[in-house]
Amino acid sequence: MNLTLKIWRQAGPRHPGEMVTYKVTDISEDMSFLEMLDVLNEQLNAKGEEPIAFDSDCREGICGMCGLMISGEAHGPEKTTTCQLHMRSFSDGEVITIEPWRANAFPVIKDLVVDRGAFDRIIQAGGYISANTGSAPDAHAAPVPKPAADRAFMAAECIGCGACVAACPNASAMLFMGAKVTHLSELPQGQPERMARVVSMVDQHDEEGFGGCTNVGACSQACPKGIPQDVISTLNKDLRTALRG
Amino acid sequence: MATLTPSRAGTARRTTIGLKVLMAATGLVFVLYVLLHMYGNLKALAGEEAFNTYAEHLRTIGEPMLPYGGLLWVIRVVLLASLVGHAYSAFALWSRAGNARRTKYAAVKTAMRTAWMRWGGVFLLLFIGWHLLQFTILKFSVNPDKQGPDVQQNPYELVVASFQVPWLTLLYVLAMVALAFHLSHGVFSAQQTLGWTMTPHAYRRAKLVGHAVSAVVVVGFLIPPLAILFGLIK
Repeated sequence: MNLTLKIWRQAGPRHPGEMVTYKVTDISEDMSFLEMLDVLNEQLNAKGEEPIAFDSDCREGICGMCGLMISGEAHGPEKTTTCQLHMRSFSDGEVITIEPWRANAFPVIKDLVVDRGAFDRIIQAGGYISANTGSAPDAHAAPVPKPAADRAFMAAECIGCGACVAACPNASAMLFMGAKVTHLSELPQGQPERMARVVSMVDQHDEEGFGGCTNVGACSQACPKGIPQDVISTLNKDLRTALRG
Repeated sequence: MATLTPSRAGTARRTTIGLKVLMAATGLVFVLYVLLHMYGNLKALAGEEAFNTYAEHLRTIGEPMLPYGGLLWVIRVVLLASLVGHAYSAFALWSRAGNARRTKYAAVKTAMRTAWMRWGGVFLLLFIGWHLLQFTILKFSVNPDKQGPDVQQNPYELVVASFQVPWLTLLYVLAMVALAFHLSHGVFSAQQTLGWTMTPHAYRRAKLVGHAVSAVVVVGFLIPPLAILFGLIK
């Protein structure tokens, strides 16, 4: 496959950036999207140019490190992470636009790498449970109804990649927060801190400069883990309950 | 074991979700009002006497406990307060969203529904201003053939005279299209914001309710003007 790539290049956080056009040739359709970028970077290295910076880690779709806006779609045209997106999803001769996640809360560090520390600070604000150290309790010590366990597991699939924020017209992180809040709210271990958690996390979310939710569902469509919209409803319900006191 | 201390509940009221709850609650007030308004409009199908009696009854309802027009004023105050809350939260969230992504994407996927809600909402606000001037505050007729106090003081005559004018009916049809889009997403969105859609089943039901309310309201509102324009009501 021969492709034309329009890629955002930005030398550093305070540098202005611009779209730069590159051509790649003889790309196998069995390559992943990141392997295609590796090929381009080898070419750039050979020419003595600065390679394109992008995030990746596990490359098997479970860590949440990679994430690119590919021709206007977070993680590209398939429902998966960028590392698990394969070039067979594109056609020969295609022009592909590659941009970093765009949100003020996710400042660009370099090229396609953004700082998602805002997500970590939301988790630090309340996305955890307090547990005693020492020997682990028996796994069946606290009974969990099967539907609650299933929903908690579904929400816990969130890998924090940030595609929801990238795809949201308002750059809102409600799907991320909804997943984290639902994950813990469905389980008995999450109950003692349930109300304080949601208030702290929502406060931190707004503090970071994310937008509000307009319930259009672009986040769920972009989510590589298919986290549904109803987790945002749970988040809203928990906040409303917390406000009542 | 130290657990998270619930000390900041008061701050959450001012968050984006707090604003959304305000928008949802005030929006539902409008939905209820719009359904009542639609019912009153449909009285036009039953003739001049039924329509004008209904209009007068709106003013005498609750007498003697309430003064003449008392309930109407209560409703107006509630609606005005809701309008302020709805518009305030909308503009506050709109500006937040604008600031949340100052660098735009080069390859743009436009969010049509979000744009419809915002610009459609602005259009509806302007329309409501015009509508109130026309039928409540100034009570003027845009029909050159039907002018004077006989038309202005008679609600039925004023409605019939107005909608016999094609451009006015077109304006109202456009407003109802905007309302249809606003309600089909807004009614669903309010339920989601209030946390009534926590299961996939409830989520689908909320979407359906949004479309149903939007269809009922728009069809119900468009029957009288179109019947007048095409001469079925004279």
